[in-house]
Amino acid sequence: MTDTAVPETTRKDWSSDQEPRWCPGCGDYTILAAVQSLMPNLGVRREETVFVSGIGCAARFPYYMDTYGVHTIHGRAPAIATGLAVARPDLDVWVVGGDGDMLSIGGNHLLHALRRNVDLTILMFNNQIYGLTKGQYSPTSEVGKVTKSTPFGSLDHPFNPISLAIGAEATFVARTHDMDRNHMQDVLTRAHAHEGAAFVEIYQNCNVFNDGAFAQITAKTNRSSMLIPLEHGEPIRFGEENERGVVMGPDSALRIVDVSDVGEDALLVHDETDAGLAFQLSRLSHGPTEPTAIGVFRSIERDDYGSGVSRQVAAAGEQKGPGDLRALLHSGATWTVD
Amino acid sequence: MSTTADQAPATEHIDRVIIRFAGDSGDGMQLTGDRFTSASALLGNDLVTLPEYPAEIRAPAGTVAGVSAFQVHISDHDITTHGDTPDVLVAMNPAALLSEVGKLEPGASLIVNIDAFDERNLTKAGYDHNPLEGDDLLAFTVFEVPMTSLTRQACEPLGVKPRDAERSKNFFALGLISWMYTRPEQPTLDWIATKFASKPQVRDANVAAFNAGHAFGETAELFGHRYAVDPAPQAPGEYTSVNGNTATAWGLIAASQLVKLPLFLGSYPITPASDILHELSKHKNFGVRTLQAEDEIAGIGAALGAAYGGHLGITTTSGPGVALKSETLGLAISLELPLVIIDVQRGGPSTGLPTKTEQADLLLAMFGRHGESPLPIVAAFSPAQCFHAAIEAVRLAVTYRTPVFLLTDGYLANGSEPWLIPDVDDLPDIPVAFLTEPNATAADGSPMLLPYQRDPETLARPWIIPGTPGLEHRIGGIEKAEGTGNISYDPENHEHMTRVRAAKVAGIADDIPAAEVTGDVDDAELLVVGWGSTWGAINGGVDRCRARGRKVAHVHITHLNPFPANLGEIVRRYPKVAVPEMNLGQLTLLLRAEYLVDARPISKVKGLPFTAGELEAAFLEVLDD
Repeated sequence: MTDTAVPETTRKDWSSDQEPRWCPGCGDYTILAAVQSLMPNLGVRREETVFVSGIGCAARFPYYMDTYGVHTIHGRAPAIATGLAVARPDLDVWVVGGDGDMLSIGGNHLLHALRRNVDLTILMFNNQIYGLTKGQYSPTSEVGKVTKSTPFGSLDHPFNPISLAIGAEATFVARTHDMDRNHMQDVLTRAHAHEGAAFVEIYQNCNVFNDGAFAQITAKTNRSSMLIPLEHGEPIRFGEENERGVVMGPDSALRIVDVSDVGEDALLVHDETDAGLAFQLSRLSHGPTEPTAIGVFRSIERDDYGSGVSRQVAAAGEQKGPGDLRALLHSGATWTVD
Repeated sequence: MSTTADQAPATEHIDRVIIRFAGDSGDGMQLTGDRFTSASALLGNDLVTLPEYPAEIRAPAGTVAGVSAFQVHISDHDITTHGDTPDVLVAMNPAALLSEVGKLEPGASLIVNIDAFDERNLTKAGYDHNPLEGDDLLAFTVFEVPMTSLTRQACEPLGVKPRDAERSKNFFALGLISWMYTRPEQPTLDWIATKFASKPQVRDANVAAFNAGHAFGETAELFGHRYAVDPAPQAPGEYTSVNGNTATAWGLIAASQLVKLPLFLGSYPITPASDILHELSKHKNFGVRTLQAEDEIAGIGAALGAAYGGHLGITTTSGPGVALKSETLGLAISLELPLVIIDVQRGGPSTGLPTKTEQADLLLAMFGRHGESPLPIVAAFSPAQCFHAAIEAVRLAVTYRTPVFLLTDGYLANGSEPWLIPDVDDLPDIPVAFLTEPNATAADGSPMLLPYQRDPETLARPWIIPGTPGLEHRIGGIEKAEGTGNISYDPENHEHMTRVRAAKVAGIADDIPAAEVTGDVDDAELLVVGWGSTWGAINGGVDRCRARGRKVAHVHITHLNPFPANLGEIVRRYPKVAVPEMNLGQLTLLLRAEYLVDARPISKVKGLPFTAGELEAAFLEVLDD
């Protein structure tokens, strides 16, 4: 809104006076800290930043950011944020929610925000459980999960959020986790820079209702062997010594192999613009027990929805001239009574 | 119909006529009715229309389920209803005749397309005999016209294939009726030329059919004379003909200019509200943004998001859509942001009667949310008045930072009437300002923001939009502490906030026009209380009772929540109170609860508006009870 340089800020400037109230040890604290310390680096103004959330533990996020913020209703944050972003393209709009909020009750709104490519940075904290309602299984919970509402085990097949986002025509799709601040900040920096809808799945630990859900892949000791980092233009490989990698088999399916078996040249090179590859990478595992790809799966450029809307409004104004109310009211067949 | 004898013998002057066009839903009856209406409007008649069409996109051709009808009442004086019973029925096929003939009184004229009365069509309609033969229609004057074949013949020289030519038969009917009722031909011919400019063959076929119908009237010697309905005395000025949905859309655009905020519509298509979305989508040069959302919830959500961002947020829908939007309305009430929700009511519950009118969402608008969640309700009472009702809904929303319901209905939405176009300069100015500076002082003397600090007069909180430096704050649906807006579970605070939100809405009573009684204000035996689209029929019914020497008064409510401040005094003033509604007594319930008066419901729930005659009879019954 102003032309002057963006003032320098620190993490403290982005922290509101409200005390975060999550369970001690909740992964949300680390995500909040990572975001608050990232914001000063993004070159944005507090007053032009808005966090919009739905309902759930994650959805308390806006209260703790010293920006504009709206805590809305369950699942509807993407819809409300869409109206805000389309009306106010000058704003930097973030959406925060959990796997229950965004994939259950809000599934439809998430899909449509993604396919429209609304200029939003969408953070979905995935802990594979309902936290705020105290421990029911979620749309990302594994089959057989025993919870209060599924004492004999859940029968529902889980969503793969990355596959879902790619299927919904998302232009930016990434995954990170709450145990690696640097990785999270790198991914969020790119998500924020993306014009259009950026969807970021963040594996997040719920130490009360689903403790250690991702420990097998995100614990420091396991990361190198269980997380497959994606770098655009680079061969896809991982492991302590980068000894493992991903290849495309003769049947066009992706496989994890030992590099020594296939040779370096056989490794698949990551291409963020290839939707098919991104989808296949998302299918390598559903986490959290097998090697799982993290990083940016897909990033392509496509006109964002709000810009399209603004352009149409501007073009209509140029074509027809600014709206003339008097002319509008007289635009039908009219007659005069003397 | 009255006649005046001193006119030219060929043309009889009548003061009003009610014509009903009926045919298959593929026959173009709405178009025919619409064109006849436009020509009449240009002549200066007063008029009211009632379009009726099936909910199915295309029911089986030739069946009663597929009948589409359009009724227009034109007159040389001020009228307020679509008319009780048609004087003339144009029936394009047996199904249309079977479906509509019961609406006619003895003596009415019937113009039938005799070509359509073959064995096959008669069977499809459900006739076991041909009603044109025998005694079925003895009470009526029947004109048998071979519309299909004459249309074919008229189009033959143009090289139009017979099957294509038949599709112009509605214009033959229009030409014939235009001749009978001395409507000017040129406006219709001009309209055809413009509408079908890109399809010259269709254009020429329609013109040929229209001319053939007109010529048939002149030469067939079937018709004893023509009729003329003279212009109605109207206030001087420029008029146009609008339906309620167009008037609503224009009212919103006007309101957006008056509040100097860009209009944002979030909406999901639903009958009969969709045309507001369509109309607004045409006017992006007014800065209008329209979003066709993925569902009703997203429609209102996007509108609320836009309102949070400082735009004029609007959402349009019909009853079932309101049900889906209620959670977001609760949020808007809690956030205390301006939002207008327009409910074009239709028959319910559930899908109900999607294309038919009803007034049964009043209690939904009033109470259809969880918790204590009052909001203002405005109701439009005639198609053209939707324009001003929309402006009023916006005024209340932005002034009091609250969602506001605007109730219209299917009858208003699709019905049209002549409208004296208002002077734009006479529209009310609606001042609205965003907060740009801190509005309070902290204990240490530093400036601070209280997002829920209220204007002492309106009890509205400030409207603070993102992008304003120094006023960053967080709001949400969890109960907020008065002033700071911070989350609060404090019991005292919740009761306080609940009462303040209610007081804010109740206080609007002092900011709306007082209710006005018409008719026998001083000595009526009966007060009729109405709201919404029943206005025209109530006026007619009251006038007829008064013409019989009965003392009746009428008050029509445009603000349903809160009620006008003087309404209690009015409803207690008269010995009897009756409330006609297209529901089972919703306003009646509210009046009884609010004022402890013995208000009696007069209900009609048929998907059809009241007629003046029905209400006349109902009022007399109450009067004589």
